[in-house]
Amino acid sequence: MADFDRDYFVAAFRRMAETAEINRDEWTKLDGDIGDGDHGINMSIGFREVVKQLDALPDDTDVAGLFKLVGMTLLRKVGGASGPLYGSFFMKAGAEVAGQSEVSFDDVRRMLRAGVTSIQQRGKAQLGDKTMLDSYLPGLDVLEAADAGDPGAALDAFVARMRQGSDDTIPLVAKKGRAMRLGERSVGHRDPGSQSSWQLMNCLLEEYNAR
Amino acid sequence: MKRLLNDGYDAVEELLDGYVKAHGDVVKLADNERVVVRTELSAEPKVGIIFGGGSGHEPLFLGYVGPGLADAAVIGNVNTSPDPMACYDAVTAVDQGKGCLYLYGNYQGDVLNFDMGAEMAAEDGVRVETVLVTDDVYSAKDKADRRGVAGDVIVLMAACAVANTGADLDAVKAAAEKANDNTYSMGVALSSSTLPVTGKPIFDIGADEMEVGMGIHGEPGIERKKIASADSVMDEILDIVLPDMDLKAGEEVAVLINGLGGLPLMDQYICYRRVHDVLSSKGVSIAKSMVGNYATSMDMIGMGVTLVRLDDELKGWLNGSFDTPYLKQ
Repeated sequence: MADFDRDYFVAAFRRMAETAEINRDEWTKLDGDIGDGDHGINMSIGFREVVKQLDALPDDTDVAGLFKLVGMTLLRKVGGASGPLYGSFFMKAGAEVAGQSEVSFDDVRRMLRAGVTSIQQRGKAQLGDKTMLDSYLPGLDVLEAADAGDPGAALDAFVARMRQGSDDTIPLVAKKGRAMRLGERSVGHRDPGSQSSWQLMNCLLEEYNAR
Repeated sequence: MKRLLNDGYDAVEELLDGYVKAHGDVVKLADNERVVVRTELSAEPKVGIIFGGGSGHEPLFLGYVGPGLADAAVIGNVNTSPDPMACYDAVTAVDQGKGCLYLYGNYQGDVLNFDMGAEMAAEDGVRVETVLVTDDVYSAKDKADRRGVAGDVIVLMAACAVANTGADLDAVKAAAEKANDNTYSMGVALSSSTLPVTGKPIFDIGADEMEVGMGIHGEPGIERKKIASADSVMDEILDIVLPDMDLKAGEEVAVLINGLGGLPLMDQYICYRRVHDVLSSKGVSIAKSMVGNYATSMDMIGMGVTLVRLDDELKGWLNGSFDTPYLKQ
């Protein structure tokens, strides 16, 4: 069961860095509509540093160590709400498999659930508050209900549901973050964190399919 | 709009490098390159005052580090809160055994990061308290939910005046809270700022339009309108702020007219004039006035009015002595 080894996650993180770069202006535009217009820029700043860290990754780094490194890097470089939220997400996900030399698909599901739980604890948001949780929470439910025997199909359903969750933020009134202050004026705009979330998780699917 | 930059990704580091090179007699970078600290801390141990937030608001935060005022400023990416390590490293850099006070505007990102910094400091046995500045009247109905804008400067002055007496952390925090409770602001923006990384404005706004309720970032305000005369815009702001703070004849205030970076000082004084005259006509006296770019949004054309209800204690705090590159008295 070497599907989810260190090399898989390193490659997936490199895809995330490319995704952050490609979508920088799009995420920034979404944030400019209802926030302060920096989401894409800060994610790009963070993932540029992640790439530097991956280029110098020590050979003995395991999956848990890799996730901790990525999480710490985002925490240090991104700032805002996204830094602690994405930083905690990856650090807590990694902590789930500390000391494990191999990671199974069930472990991946546990990792993602632990990561999302840390987002809930740090951000104190609920489903429907127009945040990244609106894509993560329904997506995770689908992922956990999926057949463990077919990780590709499960990841595909996970990402599709996350994307739907992001679409579903458009009519919502924001209850968290800077957009909260807009009230009804936030209606009609997609939450930028829900968009970056499904696009980053899509990298797990793309890398799985590429193998 | 036009900016004079190198690679936008380097803007914050280059700003900080330039700043400490220009003002090396007063400040230096701590071991963490996002923390600006006084070159020499107070000779008498006192509560450490740590101020901070995103960059792009200069001279806010870093410009007010120096003798008599902030001990450190923690600086984030543009319009973005600093990271938890920087918040923590600032405590390590300035704590003199009396604890530290984090002072910053009420934004969710800042709260997340500064709280993590305070948790780390607590593990070292250093007590860190927090006062969130919540002066922007138009940003929320409840005072405690409001965001912080130019009121940051007022709250800083009060907290530092008390810290400079050698008072303990509880007293310093109480002073900051009192200053914040009495500080009310509201602003307008006539243009967007330009982001260093993209070189683009955050939002589009017509040549003849203004955004009412704009803070010191790019987040939209509450209402888009046609630009009106300085006097009528000031009247509109005061019509909202004065009832909100329930200011009455016979009371005394401090007035801060804050430029957002792109508004000429000429316009700012024309705004001040109107605020002064309206307050005078209502029997409110002005004990202290400040006009200038105190908390900006880079090249944004806009301004805000900050009013502080004074009593003798608060007036005394705002008249403390300090000598920093951007605030001296």
